[in-house]
Amino acid sequence: MLDADFFRRWMTATAASVAREAERLTALDSPIGDADHGSNLHRGFTAVAAVLEKEAPDTPGAVLVLAGRQLISTVGGASGPLYGTLLRRTGKALGDTAEVSEEQLTDALRAGVDAVMTLGGAAPGDKTMIDSLVPAVDALAESFTAARTAAEEGALATTPLQARKGRASYLGERSIGHQDPGATSAALLIAALATAAEAPEAADV
Amino acid sequence: MKMLINVAETVVADALRGMAAAHPELTVDVENRVVVRRDAPVAGKVGLVSGGGSGHEPLHGGFVGPGMLSAACPGEVFTSPVPDQMVRAAAAVDSGAGVLFIVKNYTGDVLNFDMAAELAEDEGIQIAKVLVNDDVAVTDSLYTAGRRGTGATLFVEKIAGAAAEEGQPLERVEALARQVNENSRSFGVALSACTTPAKGSPTFDLPAGELELGVGIHGEPGRERRAMMTSREIADFSVHALLEDMHPRNPVLLLVNGMGATPLLELYGFNAEVQRVLTERGVAVARTLVGNYVTSLDMAGASVTLCQVDEELLRLYDAPVKTPGLRWGV
Repeated sequence: MLDADFFRRWMTATAASVAREAERLTALDSPIGDADHGSNLHRGFTAVAAVLEKEAPDTPGAVLVLAGRQLISTVGGASGPLYGTLLRRTGKALGDTAEVSEEQLTDALRAGVDAVMTLGGAAPGDKTMIDSLVPAVDALAESFTAARTAAEEGALATTPLQARKGRASYLGERSIGHQDPGATSAALLIAALATAAEAPEAADV
Repeated sequence: MKMLINVAETVVADALRGMAAAHPELTVDVENRVVVRRDAPVAGKVGLVSGGGSGHEPLHGGFVGPGMLSAACPGEVFTSPVPDQMVRAAAAVDSGAGVLFIVKNYTGDVLNFDMAAELAEDEGIQIAKVLVNDDVAVTDSLYTAGRRGTGATLFVEKIAGAAAEEGQPLERVEALARQVNENSRSFGVALSACTTPAKGSPTFDLPAGELELGVGIHGEPGRERRAMMTSREIADFSVHALLEDMHPRNPVLLLVNGMGATPLLELYGFNAEVQRVLTERGVAVARTLVGNYVTSLDMAGASVTLCQVDEELLRLYDAPVKTPGLRWGV
């Protein structure tokens, strides 16, 4: 079973990997966007880590709802509402129980991803974060490691696609040949989930 | 790349502190990033709130004041502001007559303003929204995020602002804003990419001797690249792109807008060419505005915006305005 501590580790691990990868995310955002994806997410997840340390909610759902609200208040751009909605809706779907099963997490994350698709109007194949999140949720039924692999493969698979949502869509065919920064950061979020599950003590560094 | 800044992280806050010092007629909340006209809320007047990423100055903070915006929310550079800012702005300018959000069609701006509208309505503020999407360089289709909002934002804010100043009700101010947007089209070209403070190098690679046609205002590349053209050729290309998409029957407002790094010498010369081709195409220009109004940091280049107006829109455009970036009739 997964408790609030596990979800805090997930968020902390995400903050650490976003900080590490911020420059790469910004570099991916440069040819097809406006070169700020890394710095925006870094600002947001730093705020998430700070607020979780201060407030320490005691249920999995409350951890994710607080993290989501913090992202909406600090990130801006499209990433703020989209990542904020993903975490808030996943957290709400988990309810207020102290521990949740992996199966409950899978169902809740699916609800979160559905909410992101509704909000952004994106579907798989549009070259967005959805392209790594959807396969990750499907694979999560199997294991955290499978979810990480599926998300990373999903992000890589966005390279040949033409963007149909977000700023890259304004480039039309010129968006082809570049890996999507949103799908890449979403893969970091899923990888952090696996990190929190596999090496609890390593996730805090 | 050299920039007149301290560090990238404080660029927006530093600019707002300087803006506050230069414009005591505005209330600039540096911490919460909201710029409000000092006499807000004005009794009985609809509030006009806009906002978007920073880096487009004077848009939007420079258009706050009597006759135009009631408040603006500057986001990080090229990044939409967050809903907290918009709710704070709406609360500061609402006199009970409601608030119009003017939103440029970029996914981030749309999502954050949508969330803010819900939150503000929860607080009992009546909100209406108008989406600006005037950029003909982007194909309008069901399968994309739609056209970008660029130069027409100035016309929407000016004309809706004048109507609000007269005390017209929210539905009417909203309808006028929509009418201005529907009657406006823009097209932009870049002679150089811009450099964001966070990245420190040009956002895309544009070799000497080439230009990008159909750019937006966020440093993203345009719809095609060509060998450098003369001012005359660029004017022909831009105006033809606009007139392929609109067929003005009335006189138009013309905005020849600099992207930030093109001198007025070049912009006025470009305006001469734009006026020539409009005359050749039989389009009468009622008013012309030339300068840096909707910019993209240090990008070189220009955009052309046309707005077809009737007598009422022209009267509202001519009405007095007193803001840091636009001022006449006062």
